Amino acid sequence: MNRGAEEDAHVTFTGVDMAFDDRAVLRGLSCQFPRGKISVILGGSGSGKTTVLRLIGGLVHPQRGCIVVAGHDISQLSETQMYVVRAKLGMMFQGGALLDSLTIFDNLAFPLREHTRMGEAEIVAEVHANLAAVGLSGVDDLLPGQLSGGMIKRAALARAIITHPEILLVDEPFSGLDPISVKRIEALLHRINRERHITMLVSSHHIPSTMRMADQVVLLLPEGPVAGSPAELQRSADPRVAGFLNEEREEEPRPETPGAMHEGAAP
Amino acid sequence: MIGVVRDLGYAVLRFIDHLGKLTIFTGQIVRALVTPPVRVRVFVAELFNLGVLSLVIICVCGLAVGMVLGLQGYNTLVRFGAENSLGAVVGLSLIRELGPVLTALLTTGRAGSATTAEIGTMVATEQLDGLRMMSVNPIHLVVMPKTMAMICVMPLLSALFIVFGLAGGYFVGVNLMGVDGGTYIASLQSAVDYYDDVAGSLLKALVFGVLVGLIATYRGYTCAPTSAGVSSATTSTVVIGSVSVLIFDYFITALWGV
Repeated sequence: MNRGAEEDAHVTFTGVDMAFDDRAVLRGLSCQFPRGKISVILGGSGSGKTTVLRLIGGLVHPQRGCIVVAGHDISQLSETQMYVVRAKLGMMFQGGALLDSLTIFDNLAFPLREHTRMGEAEIVAEVHANLAAVGLSGVDDLLPGQLSGGMIKRAALARAIITHPEILLVDEPFSGLDPISVKRIEALLHRINRERHITMLVSSHHIPSTMRMADQVVLLLPEGPVAGSPAELQRSADPRVAGFLNEEREEEPRPETPGAMHEGAAP
Repeated sequence: MIGVVRDLGYAVLRFIDHLGKLTIFTGQIVRALVTPPVRVRVFVAELFNLGVLSLVIICVCGLAVGMVLGLQGYNTLVRFGAENSLGAVVGLSLIRELGPVLTALLTTGRAGSATTAEIGTMVATEQLDGLRMMSVNPIHLVVMPKTMAMICVMPLLSALFIVFGLAGGYFVGVNLMGVDGGTYIASLQSAVDYYDDVAGSLLKALVFGVLVGLIATYRGYTCAPTSAGVSSATTSTVVIGSVSVLIFDYFITALWGV
């Protein structure tokens, strides 16, 4: 690990162990996620991709090891202390996690009303600007249950970036989407990263999107993580890496959720 | 035999574990109560959900229970020539016992289960985690207003249940059975003491409100994040809530004489 890379790391894991009851998910994970870049955490189901994001958000705590997020060692922080760190974070959950009793407008306005002193006119402008940034319009008065899977993900992304976070955690943005929606979300994430210089950590097992959008890939394998640029991973002589990439490719482009709605099917 | 002892020990340990967690949970709610911002709008919305939407079931059941009490009371009292005491019998039964207990059981079934299901669904769909990631304490925004609303509505619903019960008893006793209306009211007035009976009844309902509110929110908040987990938590709210109300009813009556 060279000194320059260490200084440029926005999130650092050092020897992190994480287990749920008796099931170990991460064993001694050490890796870095560079500032302002898109890092994709790749791995099979149950490899711990989402757990890495939840550890960074402080939603779960490691049994051992150190996690530094934007200069804060969060491994031992209390829930109240975490709120300070979370002010620098935004998270897009796999299912959106939008508040289902609020309209899309109120969902986006919610963090602004909670944490800023913005007037209603400013909130309206900010919400509409962020909805436009993710390509949504005319959905202000709809409830999350009235949107398609792709639209929910975009609304969730808009809510995650509305507070201008330094670090954006994106959990499985392509799951359950048709190929057109996958490309749309992929382009969206790429554009937001370039325009806002947000450090993005994306968990995914969608190989083509990962290879197109990632600046760095961290492949979580049972034997330990393998990190590198997409090109480095594709050229890798490591049979485990080649085996994973080929195996996952054979399964695509099958959507993960058979019942997921097509984006165009939204009311 | 060893298996039975082991299962019993495990059940006791789980009970103690839950009791400890419930105590911590209660502390978090109390802390949220005194921590800004004040969630007036959410609290009022919860008052509506838990209270106003329970009005119909409470009024209808209160009326029905009062009518049954009037009928049973009259049929029993008339054997001893004491039908003029019908107002006292109906009134004391409703105010001291049936009003708060049945209201608590009905509210557990309607509002308690709905509260658990709502919070449980928020857990399962990561909405509470979403709030945490926005630096919003879910106990402050979701749990505390629901618990406080439950505590506030329970005495009010219980009072309403009693009023409708008294009206039901009056209707059956006076209009159907021929008891004198003035005698019914006079018997009720002379038998019911404000502090011992009415205030005690409201206090009992308040305790039940605390119980049901805590159990409903705790079960939802700690449920497994799956549809089966939500379903199981909702069922256990109704079962544990109802049993707790009946057990606490005995102890309140035995210790406080209410």
